[in-house]
Amino acid sequence: MSAPVTSIPTSNGSKKRTQTEPAAVRWLLISIALVFLTLFLALPLFAVFTQAFEKGLTVHLEALKEPDTLSSIKLTLITAAVTVPLNLFFGVTAAWAIAKFSFPGKNLLITLIDLPFSVSPVISGLIYVLIFGLQGWLGPWLQAHDIRIVFAVPGIILATIFVTFPFVARELIPLMEAQGKEEEEAALVLGASGLQTFFRVTLPNVKWGIIYGVILCNARAMGEFGAVSVVSGHIRGMTNTVPLHVEILYNEYNYTAAFAVASLLAFLALITLAVKTVAEWKVRQQLDNN
Amino acid sequence: MRLFKRQNNVLPGFGLTLGFTIFYLSVIVLIPLSALVFRTSGLTWGEFVTTVTAPRVLASYKVTFGSAMIAALINSVFGVLVAWVLVRYRFPGRRIVDALVDLPFALPTAVAGITLATIYSPNGWVGRFLEPHGIKVAFTPVGIVLAMTFIGLPFVVRTVQPVIEEIEIELEEAASCLGANRWQTLQLVIFPMLLPSILTGFALSFARAVGEYGSIIFIAGNMPMVSEITPLLIITKLEQFDYRGATAIACVMLLTSFSMLLVINLLQKWSRRYAD
Repeated sequence: MSAPVTSIPTSNGSKKRTQTEPAAVRWLLISIALVFLTLFLALPLFAVFTQAFEKGLTVHLEALKEPDTLSSIKLTLITAAVTVPLNLFFGVTAAWAIAKFSFPGKNLLITLIDLPFSVSPVISGLIYVLIFGLQGWLGPWLQAHDIRIVFAVPGIILATIFVTFPFVARELIPLMEAQGKEEEEAALVLGASGLQTFFRVTLPNVKWGIIYGVILCNARAMGEFGAVSVVSGHIRGMTNTVPLHVEILYNEYNYTAAFAVASLLAFLALITLAVKTVAEWKVRQQLDNN
Repeated sequence: MRLFKRQNNVLPGFGLTLGFTIFYLSVIVLIPLSALVFRTSGLTWGEFVTTVTAPRVLASYKVTFGSAMIAALINSVFGVLVAWVLVRYRFPGRRIVDALVDLPFALPTAVAGITLATIYSPNGWVGRFLEPHGIKVAFTPVGIVLAMTFIGLPFVVRTVQPVIEEIEIELEEAASCLGANRWQTLQLVIFPMLLPSILTGFALSFARAVGEYGSIIFIAGNMPMVSEITPLLIITKLEQFDYRGATAIACVMLLTSFSMLLVINLLQKWSRRYAD
């Protein structure tokens, strides 16, 4: 393998290098990058929290205690609680089949698993309306049996499963491929059963990869807007998830409440980034150890 | 030991896991997506063409693809700069900045949308400084570009960053020993190595921007013919119960996404060949 990247000169290093830019250029580039990132990333993040607490903590908490807000939080938690385990199970299964075995059509399968990422969220919602909606394929049958999928909770969950479908799988496949299958083979030869091998050998090896996939899957499941917006029907207190509730409050010019609820999601995003950074670091460390 | 004879892989569960993978993939992704294509085939060719080339629809393509193109270009320039700075230079707070780059992945689009709209509105934190100069961002097509730049940035940075990390310092040393100055090394040695990943990042950022909905609708103003994006037009048609119109336009968008996916796959193949 190629040599690891050679140590990079530290900015306070005294040794002269021809392989880097003059200090003035360096600091100019750093400044441009930081100004750009501040304007585009840090400022919006800061603004969410400032707007949320603009009228004080009491108003902030009042907005969160509103019944419609609470029911939207409940729905979002339910959605994530169904979506994440299903996609986790799928991700692990798919990664086992794809990373540990070779078969024809593998690359096509990987491309198909990634498909939901390249579809517009609006289309992700629309396809379920086309199948389960009143004018859809199964619409008349569902109505005859009094089952509601679109403009109800099942539709929201389905659309969320679709948009978060690839997260766990696409994280685990390369990781499990990189780790090979020697350890599993050793366990099996020593008499472990298939499931024992998976839980005692494979799982500890990919633990951080799974955490990484799950945290991203969860963030998207709780934050998805476009797809859910199409299938939800926007019934207040019934089929509104937290992001949809933010939209309603904002469109009612109730900015403080909108940002108070939005700050919950922004806080979730911060936790996600923190866990993701740690998981990324652990995965790298584990791969280096191999 | 029958297992050993039958195939040279001792690990169990291949049939079961592959079977479940294909089943779940079909139920959640493939069958619903094919529903869109089948529903479109219910239209005659003439109806389809009339629907997807109506003036309002054409204007929405122009807004969507044009803005996505500008946003992807902005991201290509600043994304490469950010990736370079993060890999090559050391400065206080570098790790936090590195983690922050992924914010657009983690922050729900609706939150990004209302926040950008608030900051860049005429009396917002940034908007109030732009307003006197006659620059209007929120509720104009410029706002669309802004939101698309926000959501697309991590794609370029995260595609280019690992490639910069992999560049062997010897190459730059060789270039400088052979008499190249720093600018020549960057231009003639480093840039060609980064090009495939920059193009991949550009394509990823463009593809994401084209489909984006949540962060844009709050800041766009959504005026038909001026600042109405195609995903919003699909929703508008749905709300008017014009399922055929919505399906036809969605089909055009889906085909565009698939072509983009093909281009991205080819680009990635190219960049990998380049790396070896």
